[in-house]
Amino acid sequence: MAEHQITAGFMPLFDSAVLVAAREIGFAAKEGVELRLVRETSWANIRDRIAIGHFDVAHMLGPMPLACNLGLTPLASDTIVPFSLGLGGNCITVSNAVWATMADHGALPDLDPARNGAALRETIRARAAAGEAPLRFAVTHPHSGHNYELRYWLAGCGVDPAREIEIVIVPPPFMADALAAGRIDGYCAGEPWNSVAVEAGTGRIATVKAAIWRNSPEKVLGVRKAWANAQPDALAALLRALHHAARWCQDADNHAELTALMAQPALLGQKAGIQMRALTGMLDVGGETTRKVEDFFLPFGKAANFPWKSHALWFYTQMVRWGDVRHTAANASVARDCYRPDLYRAALKPLGVALPGANAKVEGALTAATPVGSAGASLVLGPDGFFDGRIFDPDALDAYIERQSPGA
Amino acid sequence: MSSSPLNILVIDENRIRAAIIESGLREAGHGRVTLVHDVAGIARRIAEIEPDVIVIDLENPNRDMLESMFQLSRAVKRPIAMFVDRSDSAAIEAAVEAGVSAYVVDGLRKDRVKPIMEMAISRFNAFSRMARELEEARGELENRRTVERAKGILMRSRGLSEEAAYALLRKTAMNQNRKLADVAQSLVTAAELLGPGGL
Repeated sequence: MAEHQITAGFMPLFDSAVLVAAREIGFAAKEGVELRLVRETSWANIRDRIAIGHFDVAHMLGPMPLACNLGLTPLASDTIVPFSLGLGGNCITVSNAVWATMADHGALPDLDPARNGAALRETIRARAAAGEAPLRFAVTHPHSGHNYELRYWLAGCGVDPAREIEIVIVPPPFMADALAAGRIDGYCAGEPWNSVAVEAGTGRIATVKAAIWRNSPEKVLGVRKAWANAQPDALAALLRALHHAARWCQDADNHAELTALMAQPALLGQKAGIQMRALTGMLDVGGETTRKVEDFFLPFGKAANFPWKSHALWFYTQMVRWGDVRHTAANASVARDCYRPDLYRAALKPLGVALPGANAKVEGALTAATPVGSAGASLVLGPDGFFDGRIFDPDALDAYIERQSPGA
Repeated sequence: MSSSPLNILVIDENRIRAAIIESGLREAGHGRVTLVHDVAGIARRIAEIEPDVIVIDLENPNRDMLESMFQLSRAVKRPIAMFVDRSDSAAIEAAVEAGVSAYVVDGLRKDRVKPIMEMAISRFNAFSRMARELEEARGELENRRTVERAKGILMRSRGLSEEAAYALLRKTAMNQNRKLADVAQSLVTAAELLGPGGL
């Protein structure tokens, strides 16, 4: 019997790959961890089952542990984030009808967030002028990177997402069907759920998370704080296993094996070929156009697994912006304390791998891939720019929050 | 103290389970119960029904959508929150384990919701037990068929009587410390591999 038994909840999404590989390729076993994976049907179930102790850890949306700790959700327990499960991976997909109008307003199949955002703004204005119902966009959860990046993009293009469009929640596997049936006009979701709509001929990819904010945070490993405190050795062993699994997932030599593994019905259950787009960044955006997106999804590279406090704090600024939570010094502290780079560093130190020296960074400051000083081997970060050229300095939190009034 | 009867909405894609919950609620004296099996157009239904309590199965993949909708004032006139009596962690655990959750309108008293929750938990558990028993019965029937086929194979290939064929299967199972059905299944599989009508 393994030294540590750990139960993890996960959602059938591609970015659960690192957890899946840790178990299936044997990295967890090598660290003395028997990792039991339990597939769930909703984020609410993950939240409930981690709260009552069915799960020790879980695949979570980056802002979700913040929402738990800030008291925004029922039945939530203190949750910490000692590991990020990857950067990027999402797209914004629109219906063919919306795309046609956007194209009339200058949209091109090049995923450019500024140009295509402006075209969407004109589409929204034209509908409003004609007295038509506002466009309805779906995201996967209110406290998700999807919701906040969709809103950030629209607001940056001069659209007030709180008033000029309707935002609803749809589970990712149902997005493409909802789009085809006309129940929604667009959505922000992780892959492969955008490619599924393109493949069906019912949607076009307008832009991607990697273009709105390059190398930005997405899913994380949420850990029940009480469990982490009681089982520090088990947690450290799990983080080392996840580190090796993430490195394995990033390596192109393993992509065929990874996508075949994820294709199993008990895991993601989507064909290997369509999953490969997220790994290569070669996206069929619709209309017979394929675009190569740099850093589309990183399970490991660019310090993808490091739980930057600046990522948590950026999510917090967006929660404040859209009225989820009031900005106070106490709330900002809760957000800052939620992500735990100290636990990541302590667990990985014995491996002698590259570790960032800082706990937070100025987001959007790197315009090119930049080697950074770190303990041990070399580490490359960035580029990490926001599409609107803004910079988020976590040390100037108040000023950033003040400047970003809703809809501005 | 008499209170106005509660309006209860049960959202469950499983029609049988929903019906079991409904009958439980009616037996407990709740006359105003509505069942919804499909979440399409649920916002309009909620606006029409104006439920005080909503019972949802945890398998429902639309739970995130429903939770977020309950918080939107546009969709519902009164805010609806998940029923969590934080002082009663055993009840919370029992609900999650049974696979059910309840959402209640703002201001509804705890003591009015608790019996509904308890009833839902016990009915959900009863349904799971029933489903499990049905599954076991199906498996049992399947096993019996396999043993019958294995006996037939032995009778044909070794010229044994039915009793002797059965005794041989049983003896093999005991010697190998395996289940009778497993030994029978091995024999059936082997017979299939060895060709059509081979044995």
